[in-house]
Amino acid sequence: MSPTAPFDRAADRASFDPGAAAARATDAILHDTLHGAQRGVVVDSPPGAGKSTLVVRAARELAAAGRPLMVIAQTNAQVDDLVLRLAEKDPELPVGRLHSSDPDAYDKALDDLPFVRTSTKVTDLAGLDVVVSTAAKWAHVEVSKLDAPWQHAIVDEAYQMRSDALLAVAGLFERALFVGDPGQLDPFSIVGAEQWAGLAYDPSASAVTTLLAHNPELPQHRLPVSWRLPASAAPLVSAAFYPYTPFRSGTDHGDRTLSFGVPSDGSGPDRVIDEAAEAGWGLLELPARNTPRTDPEAVRAVAQVVRRLLDRGGAAVSERGPDPTPLTADRIAVGTAHRDQAAAVRAALAELGVADVTVDTANRLQGREFDVTVVLHPLSGRPDATAFHLETGRLCVLASRHRHACIVVCRAGVSELLDDHPSTEPVQLGVTVKFPDGWEANHAVLARLAEHRVPWRP
Amino acid sequence: MSLIDNLARLEAVATGRAQPRATTRHRHLSQRPLVLVPLTTAGEAGAPLGALVGTERTSPRLLVVPQPRDRDLRFTFLAQLADTVLEYVDSFADDVEAAERSETDPETGKRVKVEVELCQDAPQLIVPSRAGIDFVRLIGRSTRFRRTAEQDPETPYPAPPRVPLLGRWLTHFGERARVPGSSLLVAMTELLSRHWATGQSSLEDQHLGALLAWIEAPEGASGADAALRAELARDKDGQLLCPPAGPATDPAFDNRLLAPAIERYDRARGVLATAEDGIEADTRLAALAAAEREIRSLIESRTRPTWDAVWRGLDALCTLPEAPHAADRWTRDRWSFTGHRDRVRAGEPPQPRIDDAVTAANKLAAREREQARLEAQEALDDPLVMAGRRLAGEAFEGEVTEVVMAYSESRSPRPRPLVTVRTDDRPHLAERAKVYRSLQGKPQTAEFVTYEGEGLVVLRVTDKMGRGKEPEPGSVPGKGDRICWTLFEHEQRGGPGLPDPEATPWTHGGPPGDAAERPDPVTPEDIL
Repeated sequence: MSPTAPFDRAADRASFDPGAAAARATDAILHDTLHGAQRGVVVDSPPGAGKSTLVVRAARELAAAGRPLMVIAQTNAQVDDLVLRLAEKDPELPVGRLHSSDPDAYDKALDDLPFVRTSTKVTDLAGLDVVVSTAAKWAHVEVSKLDAPWQHAIVDEAYQMRSDALLAVAGLFERALFVGDPGQLDPFSIVGAEQWAGLAYDPSASAVTTLLAHNPELPQHRLPVSWRLPASAAPLVSAAFYPYTPFRSGTDHGDRTLSFGVPSDGSGPDRVIDEAAEAGWGLLELPARNTPRTDPEAVRAVAQVVRRLLDRGGAAVSERGPDPTPLTADRIAVGTAHRDQAAAVRAALAELGVADVTVDTANRLQGREFDVTVVLHPLSGRPDATAFHLETGRLCVLASRHRHACIVVCRAGVSELLDDHPSTEPVQLGVTVKFPDGWEANHAVLARLAEHRVPWRP
Repeated sequence: MSLIDNLARLEAVATGRAQPRATTRHRHLSQRPLVLVPLTTAGEAGAPLGALVGTERTSPRLLVVPQPRDRDLRFTFLAQLADTVLEYVDSFADDVEAAERSETDPETGKRVKVEVELCQDAPQLIVPSRAGIDFVRLIGRSTRFRRTAEQDPETPYPAPPRVPLLGRWLTHFGERARVPGSSLLVAMTELLSRHWATGQSSLEDQHLGALLAWIEAPEGASGADAALRAELARDKDGQLLCPPAGPATDPAFDNRLLAPAIERYDRARGVLATAEDGIEADTRLAALAAAEREIRSLIESRTRPTWDAVWRGLDALCTLPEAPHAADRWTRDRWSFTGHRDRVRAGEPPQPRIDDAVTAANKLAAREREQARLEAQEALDDPLVMAGRRLAGEAFEGEVTEVVMAYSESRSPRPRPLVTVRTDDRPHLAERAKVYRSLQGKPQTAEFVTYEGEGLVVLRVTDKMGRGKEPEPGSVPGKGDRICWTLFEHEQRGGPGLPDPEATPWTHGGPPGDAAERPDPVTPEDIL
């Protein structure tokens, strides 16, 4: 289970062709989806494993087979993104975008696509090959008002969908392909739902948990290759967050490089940038201290790292092409645990004159991809380790958004903090224990980060 | 815990007295609540030991189970409790007003208004602590499926006539207590800690005596010392001066006072059973009655301080004026009460042991809606609560410094005035974030346009300005107005409908079986 177990990498690479492995998995998924006897197919996809590509391909093949298809995504941004991808791959595919009656309910870019029709009423979209919308909007469609339920559905980000949301829409389709990442953040409810813990249809559980509890015979597939995570990150993320369903990176060491035109000035931020450019990981460690959530020193350190990333003229080379792409603000993201931390980082960045860098919480960064991410560690400066901060999915999202490097800013002492706060969540009867638990995953990530530690006193 | 609550707690530590967390009372309090102080037997889940119950502060009814392991005595206790509780509940059932409710017409499928009854007032049960709410739920669960001799002449241990009905009502109260902001069944510790912050942890706040000590501390006295005394001080016999609010009892009480008393009672019963003639039986009966009296006085001595504490808590809460929206939430409680009254009267079976998929999802959705509604309403009702939201960046207050008329770009341009607000707050405004203000009790929406220098927020008002080209008078903020804008919505939209339970889809296991729930089978453990 150790990510650093020695093995002959060259020999291993020779026997493993990531492209072929991914293609085999995709073919099996499409076969079960199009020709399988079961009503559902579940696909687990680790970060950046080509989930969106799979959804687009499955949608096109179902449409080509003449099966009317509805697609259920979780947010409006995901829906718009999917429609754009569908139109890019197949500009003449008739696609419907069902949307709410709010102003700006959908991306205006869709209006320019000739074969995409948008409407607030599902009846306006009848007969189109593919109709895409959010789970929340689909829930308002009444099956009794339809001529017939859809033959097929694709449920995207199914692990982030709550069981009760699936309950509201499941009457609309006969069969479905469920696609999602089990390692990311579980859905949550703002009120206690312990009353239903252990029930197969616990409304606060994820849609896939409920689906599989009632239909254990459904085929489950897995995408085996992460195209996003670099070779430096995939083994750690796989071992820490997907211990029983390992995956590989699609690229090898050396396929991607990150270099900077301006040499290091020797400061902490510059040293950690160089470490991360070289190793894929960097830990900028501030002196141990209990701080408020919006720890001013840590927030400033995050902002300075971002500022230096931009100032030093970064260039990224990847398997996508021989020419280096400049590391611009839109290729960098900052991830935090809390919204007020994100707001504080945004303010600090504005003070340093940085604009256009995405700063958001783990929840909102789900599904997104950047070249370099700077993460404020969820446990940095905390006096306690609560279930929220230990949640495996939160750390997994933050540690798996990058194509090249991830820099973590953290106060010293998190490891001791973890040892002082073993998990003490009550055990609920009938609930499947999830592995790994956040405590263990946090330790695994910290152990690796410690190898790339740059201590710094601002 | 929010920043403002942390500040209030720090202030409480510094001053030694509880600090207000609210300026109005956010929960409805009945004019005639039923206070229930239950005690349970250590080591016997769900075996009641006794209770003080009643609506009169000076004359509670004391109910005692002298031997908690005796099923008959337990049933006697439950029957007595049923008498008191059901009489109280029934006293609200027939005082009704006419109301309208929209229902789906089974023939046309359209939503139509129907005339229904709505009880003018509803019962309110007050227990000392959260554990008391759990206990109410437990009693409800353990009694609602019991069968009376009338329902089932064959049943080996028939329950007294009204006990299953008591179970159904207590279950209803227990379920309703899970709805945020509801007041049918409330715990005094939760009511008090909603309105005051103490200098101790929220775990310690669950001790009613300690919590009250902080709140009642007179000027200059130390609430911390009083709370410590309430928690720990013991008399010369090693008994707590302030017994815990229950339902669990102090082990020192169990071991030194209660257990010997129960033993004496058991012995007296045994001796009575072996009496050989009437005169002997009479003396022994007197001895048994004396043993029972002793237990009664022990139970009373442990429940009476808590009983008084609950009423003192009510006194403290009544010093605050009721928040305007609390009445609105109480109306929902009245609907809930009326609905259950109707189900009982219609002869429906008791609430099932486990919710089906659709019921569970509906309950969760309703509670999430109520939680959001409660948070918004509390902030709108109370400047201190709003201050907490402002400190958290979820609202901001400021003076309007400029209003520029502007119009939307469309064939019939609509007013979209730009309003500049100067504020010292720091709201977390994302691009084009929506903000809301209260305009004659209705929310008006604006969207965030830009920051114009330090503390100047530009907003575009987008609705509630009438149908014309010119906004209706008073609908646009004026220069110099002080307005509080919130980033959260004031009102909650209803969620989408879920399928009927009979139409539960395959993903959720299909429709639930229609077999009526059977009562618990009797196992050997039941007749130990």
